[in-house]
Amino acid sequence: MSSIDITDVVSPRGAPQGSRTVLQRSMEFITRHRVAAVIALLVLLPWLVPYEALAVNILIFGLFAVGFNLLFGYTGLLSFGHAALFGSGSYGAGIAIVHFGWPWWLAIPAGVTLASLVGLVIGYLAIRSRGIYFSMVTLALAQCVYFAFYKAGRYTGGEDGLRGITVDVINVFGWRLDFLHPTTKYFVLLVFVAAALWFISRVLASPFGAVIEGIRENERRAAACGYDVAATKLIAFVISAAVCGLAGTLRALHLSTVPIESLHYLTSGHVVMMSLLGGMGTFFGPFVGAAFVLLIEEFATNFTKYWQLLVGLVFVVFVLFFPRGIWGSILHWLGRR
Amino acid sequence: MSEINVILMQMVTGVSLGSLYVLLAIGLSLIFGMLTVVNFAHGAYFMVGAYAGVYTYTLTGNFWVSLVATPLVAGALGLLAARLLIRPLYGRGIDYPLLLTFGLSYVMIDTIRALFGIEGLPTSTPAALRGAVNIGIGHFPLYRLFLVAVTAAIVVVLWLFIEKTRYGLIIRAGVRNPEIVRVLGVDISRIWLLVFGLGCAIAGLSGALIAPIRAVTPEMGISVLVESFVVTVVGGMGSLPGAVTAGLLVGIVYSMTSLYAPDLAELSIFVLMAIVLLVRPQGFFGRAGLMA
Repeated sequence: MSSIDITDVVSPRGAPQGSRTVLQRSMEFITRHRVAAVIALLVLLPWLVPYEALAVNILIFGLFAVGFNLLFGYTGLLSFGHAALFGSGSYGAGIAIVHFGWPWWLAIPAGVTLASLVGLVIGYLAIRSRGIYFSMVTLALAQCVYFAFYKAGRYTGGEDGLRGITVDVINVFGWRLDFLHPTTKYFVLLVFVAAALWFISRVLASPFGAVIEGIRENERRAAACGYDVAATKLIAFVISAAVCGLAGTLRALHLSTVPIESLHYLTSGHVVMMSLLGGMGTFFGPFVGAAFVLLIEEFATNFTKYWQLLVGLVFVVFVLFFPRGIWGSILHWLGRR
Repeated sequence: MSEINVILMQMVTGVSLGSLYVLLAIGLSLIFGMLTVVNFAHGAYFMVGAYAGVYTYTLTGNFWVSLVATPLVAGALGLLAARLLIRPLYGRGIDYPLLLTFGLSYVMIDTIRALFGIEGLPTSTPAALRGAVNIGIGHFPLYRLFLVAVTAAIVVVLWLFIEKTRYGLIIRAGVRNPEIVRVLGVDISRIWLLVFGLGCAIAGLSGALIAPIRAVTPEMGISVLVESFVVTVVGGMGSLPGAVTAGLLVGIVYSMTSLYAPDLAELSIFVLMAIVLLVRPQGFFGRAGLMA
């Protein structure tokens, strides 16, 4: 898996400024300030898409894909079980509010904690199996989580999903915000997404970020350099779980219900598609992919029942011809000129 | 019926359920052992096989004809996918064929929905195989015994094919070292295509075999895919004896748990997989470090 990162875009140090186009220089600027650039785009998003509910979905699934991409794009581990982490984030927050009457600001860490714990168990088991088994084991364990939540109907509502997660007013130090207002809700959720993006960017820029990319490129060599590959993978898995869990908690607050489908295999598949279509191993890619997939679904459902056929075909074409994804291909194309 | 007979009957039920897993895991293992491709569309081929079986059965009125036609249809579809979609990905990393077959399964499921509707098809057991027979410990459905017999026959034929024929020799050599096989003048990529087709044909046949006793819906392949992954992890990827042992074991564990704790039946096979991963990560018959 080849990575596309800043080095692909920046020309060698000392190269004459004139040899770069304006486009390339602006891309460099965006790449250097990647968190700010994504947040700036997300602030404008509600006015760029047809309606706000879609913007909220892009925000939430974009964050989900960012968390997934940390593992898939940067560490090189293809998990097919991330719905379990997303879903346990949702259920964790939902159960905290519905059954324990916790306030929303305590429910969010509760969801993230549950998702991280589930991630710790799945990650520990999945990392024991090497290489290609990883995708199969994560898928199987996620299915196990699905059944566990399905059967625990007393807490999770079983087949009907968990209902009644009502958060109508958000009180920030005496400043009351109407959470039912779509735009207000979007910006409240954006605060959490922005914090998570900053965190992920910090992780990627840290020595730890370099180690996970090293593992992706050559696992044996990373081990030979003295890095504990298994422990590093597990930490990456848990960080990924926490971020995906956060996306899940935000979705629970947004929908005020948790559908059981959040834990389904197809939800895991969804995030795989978003990451690959957007561009794995890139910082913007997951949001581009989430927006792309959700927009296809949005428009395809207007004229056909069989939108999955369309999404599947697009995905197959990308795997065959554009494995870098949309954003990755743009970066590659700019870097080559 | 005495307690011991109940347990024995449940064991037999487990074996008949396990025989389905055996068939699916064999196809999956065969494809992986040869091409190092994890076929995420395996469940979709199983589902297409079930539809093809029911369709040809209602069309011809002959169950046996449908059992011959189905593997041909599924195998042809498998060859097509291998030639057009998977071949261009040779040498591009192990994740790409996996992702591709995952996308392919979306396409196949929705195509079946478009052709046959989202409701699923009604099915019936062929007249000759209805009813139950006394197997000494109680009456057992004849069709389920038939399933076990067919699975055993397929396993034996496949084993003979791989161990005793020229083609089997090439396949075994190709698993060991494709480079050398190519140097010896064998067009290995053609063998890869055939093996992929064969794996899909077996998946399709198991779909047609299970159709009379399960709901035939476009989504029927999804849970089956997960279950066959569990079997493969438990048995060890790329191993025929592993697929057989693990398939039967998973079937028996499932049916024994549903006897004593019905609520935990679905979870039990995952617990089994977790234990195997903790104790023997490469599976019963897997070689350590094979997938490293």
